[in-house]
Amino acid sequence: MADTPATPLTRAEKATAKRARRFDNPWLNPKLIWGASLLLGIVALGIIGRLLWNLELVFTGSSLLKIPPIGFENLRGQAGTLANPVGTDGAGRDMLALLIIGAPNTLFVGLMASMIGMTIGIVLGFTAGFVGGRTDDTIRVLSDVMITIPPLLILVVVQSVFGDVSLTLMSLLIAGFVWQSPTRLIRAQVLSMREAGYVQMARLSGASTSHIMFKEMLPNLIPYLFGSFIASVTTSIVTAVGLEVLGLGPQRVPTLGRTIYEAINAGALIQNLWWWWGLPTLLLAVMFIGLLLVNLGLDEVSNPRLRKL
Amino acid sequence: MTSIPLAYLKNRLITLVLTILIAATLIWIIPRLSPVDPAEIALGRMAAGAGSVANSEEILAQLRASMGIDAPLIVQYARYIGNVLVFDFGISTASFPTPVSALIAQALPWTLGLMILSLIITFIIGNALGAFMAWDRTPKLARVAIPAAMVFTSIPPILSGLLLMWIFAAQLRWFPLTGSYGLNVEPGWDWSFVASVISHGTLPALSIVIVTFGFWALGMRGLMISVQGEDYVKLAEAKGLKPRYILYKYMIRNAILPQITAFALKVGLLIAGQVLVERIFAYNGMGKLLYDAILNQDFPVIQGVSYVIILMTALSVFIVDLLYPLIDPRIRREA
Repeated sequence: MADTPATPLTRAEKATAKRARRFDNPWLNPKLIWGASLLLGIVALGIIGRLLWNLELVFTGSSLLKIPPIGFENLRGQAGTLANPVGTDGAGRDMLALLIIGAPNTLFVGLMASMIGMTIGIVLGFTAGFVGGRTDDTIRVLSDVMITIPPLLILVVVQSVFGDVSLTLMSLLIAGFVWQSPTRLIRAQVLSMREAGYVQMARLSGASTSHIMFKEMLPNLIPYLFGSFIASVTTSIVTAVGLEVLGLGPQRVPTLGRTIYEAINAGALIQNLWWWWGLPTLLLAVMFIGLLLVNLGLDEVSNPRLRKL
Repeated sequence: MTSIPLAYLKNRLITLVLTILIAATLIWIIPRLSPVDPAEIALGRMAAGAGSVANSEEILAQLRASMGIDAPLIVQYARYIGNVLVFDFGISTASFPTPVSALIAQALPWTLGLMILSLIITFIIGNALGAFMAWDRTPKLARVAIPAAMVFTSIPPILSGLLLMWIFAAQLRWFPLTGSYGLNVEPGWDWSFVASVISHGTLPALSIVIVTFGFWALGMRGLMISVQGEDYVKLAEAKGLKPRYILYKYMIRNAILPQITAFALKVGLLIAGQVLVERIFAYNGMGKLLYDAILNQDFPVIQGVSYVIILMTALSVFIVDLLYPLIDPRIRREA
């Protein structure tokens, strides 16, 4: 007996090794986790709020006007009450109910628009990269052209002509302007991957085009796709909020942007009704910071060189 | 500097022309998809004013003729494109006899001034910070503090604008709340007007700067880290060149190139963001013009403003593209 077999690891050693492996996983970096938690927090506000809070309070005149949050006093000397823990707006709507409904709506527009945009982008990007020739030229020029047109301005024209829109319609309209960057990104990646060794290998071994696309290439694209997706969620929400602040967008559904619009128009800044414009602004800021952190986290997944900082 | 390669120039020029054409076409098509007849709206306004309108059929036909919507669509389109090329967007319906182009000419200098100023400030601050963040010799504290502060730069300028407005205008009263110059000064080149413009412009410019410099800094940091690993930097270090010289001539010069491309792609969002900042600060630029036009259902102004802003975006991208080969000699050689 020359070597004794390796002694089995103790329980503590196993736990350490497991922890080390877990933190070795690039998908579990702190930025990604923090960012995802912030976004999930908004979703949780929407879900838990719906269960625990009376959403009837979102209607105009359901509470007293311009009541401050608990612990504060407004200019008329009214103190905040438990009935409206974070205050009411100028039309007597409960801010908490407004946020519970509005925040998920805003996030919904962003996610929906980018999902559609991404789908278009994936299809067009793969087509351009694979088919090449005229098709590639057309798609490339079209996405180059569309990427310089700011979505906000075209959508302002659309919505001022057609008036009120639903949340879904607004997402569809925005989706028409967020497919360009994914298209460009995927096209560029596909073009460079096409020459990669493993793709050549697959082609030589007789794999079908769809196999190469979805089994060989797509898995490598996933970090980029996620990054691109998050970036278009941000663009979509910025555009949606922009439209709402200009007084367009859905008129009958509470959204964070519309609440800010009403607050500015009612002079909430001068009257020091900070909770009216401040709370939606804060939630939007949380959303954007969350998206940024997720994006930075994904950057670290796809570009290991960034991990050292 | 040698000239820009012709093939490259041709390519960029085609993109520019196509962008302008597609934008103009979209702006023209969209109102025509609506079932609403603008002549009927105008007639409705007349009827609302006068109680009733006699021989409404004739008036309707006349209105259609004066709006040019009785011609076949293709003629209308050709006429429209011709007009747009000379910036003729018709007459504003809200401030009636004023041409839209006159309203835009009034607003444009304010927007351009604010934009150029805030862009230059952010570009310099952002890229400098990003480069120093990634540089080996930057103090550790700064390297940790800057990215932490940068998290807040992901929010759009309208939110930072609201916050700055509340703190510095509504609470501290250091700066005026809205407008682009005081009501008590006459526009002109005297000191009190310039001072008023500066004090009114500070908050809008600041709200754009604090949320945009982070984009540059983060991008620059990433690029600098990539560049740092390159062999030519290692060689320069091995040769014993001064660290400062390596930073400027070897690292920033190379890392700045993709940043400029990213900038070209970002211009549209930046301009749209500024439009919203102008709207909340009631700053006399295109944003306020657009917002007022939306309130008044003033379609010619909405179309004109949208077109001019898209044109501005496309032109800025074009200019950035033209500057690119001057900075990156490889593009010159390729052609």
